[in-house]
Amino acid sequence: MRKNVLTIALLAMTIVLVLTACGPAATTVAPATSVPPTSVPSTQVAATLPPVPTVTPAPFIFGMLLVGAKNDNGWSQATYDGGLYVEQQIAGSKMLYLENVYSGSPSYPGLTASQLADQLVSQGAKLIFFNSDDMKDEALKFANANPKIYVVGVSDDWTWKDGKNYTVSANQVDIMGRMEYMKMIAGCAAALTTQTGKIGFLGPLINDETRRLAASAYLGAKYCWSQVLGKDATKLTFTVTWIGFWFNIPGVTADPTQVADNFFNTGYDVVISGIDTTEALVEAEKAKTAGKAVWALAYDYKTNCGVAPDICLGVPYFNWGPAFAATAKTAVDGTFAENFQWNGPDWTNLSNPDTGAVGFAKGQGLSADNGTKLDAFIAQLAAGLNLWTGPINLQDGTAYLTAGTVATDQQIWYLPQLLEGMEGASVPSK
Amino acid sequence: MKKNSWINVGFQVGALVVALLITTLLLVAAGAPPLKAYASIISGAFGSSNNIENILITWSPLLLTTAGVLITFSAGLWNIGIEGQMTLGAIFATGVLRALQNTQLPPALIIILGILAGVIGGALWAALAGALKTFGGVNEIFGGLGLNFVSTALTIYLVFGPWKRPGVGSMSGTQPFDEKLWLPSLPHTELSLWALGISLLVIIAVYFMLRGTHLGLRLKAVGKNSKAAFLMGVPTWQYSMFAFLLCGAFAGLSGAIQVTSVYHRLLPNISNGYGFLGLLVAMLINYQALWAAPIAFFFAAVNIGSVQLQIQYKLDSSFAGVLQDLLVLLVLLGEGARQRFIKKG
Repeated sequence: MRKNVLTIALLAMTIVLVLTACGPAATTVAPATSVPPTSVPSTQVAATLPPVPTVTPAPFIFGMLLVGAKNDNGWSQATYDGGLYVEQQIAGSKMLYLENVYSGSPSYPGLTASQLADQLVSQGAKLIFFNSDDMKDEALKFANANPKIYVVGVSDDWTWKDGKNYTVSANQVDIMGRMEYMKMIAGCAAALTTQTGKIGFLGPLINDETRRLAASAYLGAKYCWSQVLGKDATKLTFTVTWIGFWFNIPGVTADPTQVADNFFNTGYDVVISGIDTTEALVEAEKAKTAGKAVWALAYDYKTNCGVAPDICLGVPYFNWGPAFAATAKTAVDGTFAENFQWNGPDWTNLSNPDTGAVGFAKGQGLSADNGTKLDAFIAQLAAGLNLWTGPINLQDGTAYLTAGTVATDQQIWYLPQLLEGMEGASVPSK
Repeated sequence: MKKNSWINVGFQVGALVVALLITTLLLVAAGAPPLKAYASIISGAFGSSNNIENILITWSPLLLTTAGVLITFSAGLWNIGIEGQMTLGAIFATGVLRALQNTQLPPALIIILGILAGVIGGALWAALAGALKTFGGVNEIFGGLGLNFVSTALTIYLVFGPWKRPGVGSMSGTQPFDEKLWLPSLPHTELSLWALGISLLVIIAVYFMLRGTHLGLRLKAVGKNSKAAFLMGVPTWQYSMFAFLLCGAFAGLSGAIQVTSVYHRLLPNISNGYGFLGLLVAMLINYQALWAAPIAFFFAAVNIGSVQLQIQYKLDSSFAGVLQDLLVLLVLLGEGARQRFIKKG
C-alpha cells in the first residue's frame, strides 16, 4: 500500500513538474516593437575599417560561442582575441565564452548552440557572437527567438541583402573578413618556394567559404608561378584534400596529421593549411627534421608561425577586433541594426591591429629573395590587381568568368566549384 | 522501518555524501569555490524559463533510453548498443522525412511516419545485436559496441555522401528540414510537448509493465536465472529478443525525436551519449523504473546547469559527467559494500 502511495505521489510530482515548467516563456520573448532601430544601411561591404574610438565606460556583458578552444592557435583564438579587443575598447565590458561548441560536441551532450547561448544570456549577456558557420542555423534561430538580444554571426550571410540566403533578422549582424586576398598571398608564397611544383591545400569541410578560399590560394599560386617566376602554369600541381571539419574529430573527420604526411610523402613540398589547427606546420617540421625540404603556411592566427618557425612561409590571419568592437559599440549605444560586413585589409599597413580585418605575417621559412617578390605581389594587390578576373573556368571546364570580366562579390562568395587546374573534391552546389 | 531498510538507506546516503565530497575536493583542486560552483549549477539549470525548457528537452530522450535499458537489464542484458540503436532511429526517421518531404502528404503524417520509421530502425538494429547474441554466441556488450561503431560510420557516410547538403561536405549534418516537418513545439523554443508526453508515457508504461504484468515477470525471470526460467517453460531466447526489440524501439524513438524535434536534421553523434547516460541512470536507480523519471530529470538538470561551470569558473563542462559517473560508481560500490555488510551480519 505504501509503495502504491509513493508511486502515485511520484507520478503526480512528475506531471506537476512538467505542467509548471511548460508554462509560456516570459523572460526572453519580446514584442515585435522592441526590435532595434534599423537606421544603419542593411548591407555594408567595407574596404577597410576605421579605427574604433574608445567609448564611455558602461557595464556591458557579451557572450561568445567558440567552435574550438580559445587557445587553438587558429580561428577560435582569433575570434576570442577579437572579444578581448572589445573589452579593451569598451570600458566596463565583459566577455563570457564557451569553447568547443559544435554539432554533437561531447562537451555539451544534447545541447544546441542556441541552448548554450541561453546560458550566456542568463548571465547577463546582451550580445552573442556565434563564431562559426557550423552554428549558422543556430545563430539565426536564436536571433529570431530572442529579439532583445543582439547576435553576430561570424562568417554568416543571412543578413546580406544581395546574398543568396538573405533572411530578415533585425537583431543580427554578420561579419566576415576578405581573407581571399591573404590566401592569394599565401598561394604566391607557396608557388615562389616550391621546388617540386606540387602544392597541397589541407582543407577543412567543403562549403562556399572554403571553396573560395582554396580557389583564391590557387589563383595567387598560379599568378606567381607563371607571372613572377615565368613558369608554365600547367606544370603547377595544386591539390586540395578536405578533412570534413575545421579541426580533427577522431572517428568523424579525416586525420589532418595523416593528410599532411601524405602530402609530404608524395612529393608535395609546400602545404597550405586551411583548417583551424596547426597539423600542417607540425608535420612539416617533422618532415624537415627527417631531412626533407618542405614548408607550410599556417592559417587564422597572427602568431601561428611560432609553432614551427623554420618551415613556416607565413600566415594569413583574421583581425576581428575592429569589426567586433564597432559592432559591440552599436549594441551599447542602441544603434545596432541588421547588416552584413565583408571587411577588407588595410593595405597601407597589413598588420595594423586597429584597422584591417585580415592580414598576412611572413614566416622565417620564406627566403629573403622570395620575401622581396612577395612584397611586390602584395603591392600589386594593394594597387588594384584583381586575380578574380576572367578568363576563369570552373573545375569541370565550365566558363565562370569570360576574359576581362571581374567577379562580383556574389560570384566570389558563392563559388560553386573549385577552379580549373585545381585537383580535389568540389561538391558542386546545385 | 525494518533494520535492513535503514541499512539500505544509510549506504545509499553514504554513497551520495562521498560522491559529493569527492566532487567538492575536485572543485577545490580546480580552483572553484565549491558552494558557489554548486549554486551556479542550480542557477544554470533553473535560473530562467529558457533553461528549464532546455532541461525538459534533454529529459525526453534520456527518459526513453532509460526506459529501454530498464527492459534489457530486466532480461539480464547489457545493451551497450543502445547508442547505435538511437542513431539508427535518427537515420530511419531522416530517410523517411527526406523521401516524403516533397510529396503532397500532410506534414503531420510525414512526421508520424518518420517517427515510426525511427522506432523500426532502432528495433531492427537492436534485433541485430540480439541475433548476434542468440544465434551467434556474441556477447551483447561486444556486439553492441561494434554495432555502435558501424552506426556512426553509416551516419558519417550519409552526411558526407548521399545526404550531404547541396554544395557542402561537412560533419555539420544534413540539410535542415522545412519547419512544417518539425515536431510542434512551444513558441520560440525547441520544447515539444509531444516529445515530452510520449517519453513520459513510455516510462510510465515500462514501470507498469515491469511491475505488474506477466510479461514483466517473465522478463525478470529470464534476467535472474535464465536456465530456471527455461525449465519453468519460459521461452528464454524469445524473451531476450523481445527485450532487445523493445529497447531498440525506444532508442529509435529517441533518435527520431532528436531529428524531428531538436536538430531537425541528421548529424554525426546525434545520440549524444544519451544511451550511455540512460545506462547510468538505470544503474543508479538499481533498475527500479519508479525512480527513472526524477533521476533522469536530475541528470538532465546537471547537464544543463553545469554549463555555468565553464562560463563562471572556466571549468570544462564535462565536469557534469564526472559528477554523474562518480555518483553511479559510488552508489554501485555502496551496494556492494551493503551486501557484504548484510552477509557478515
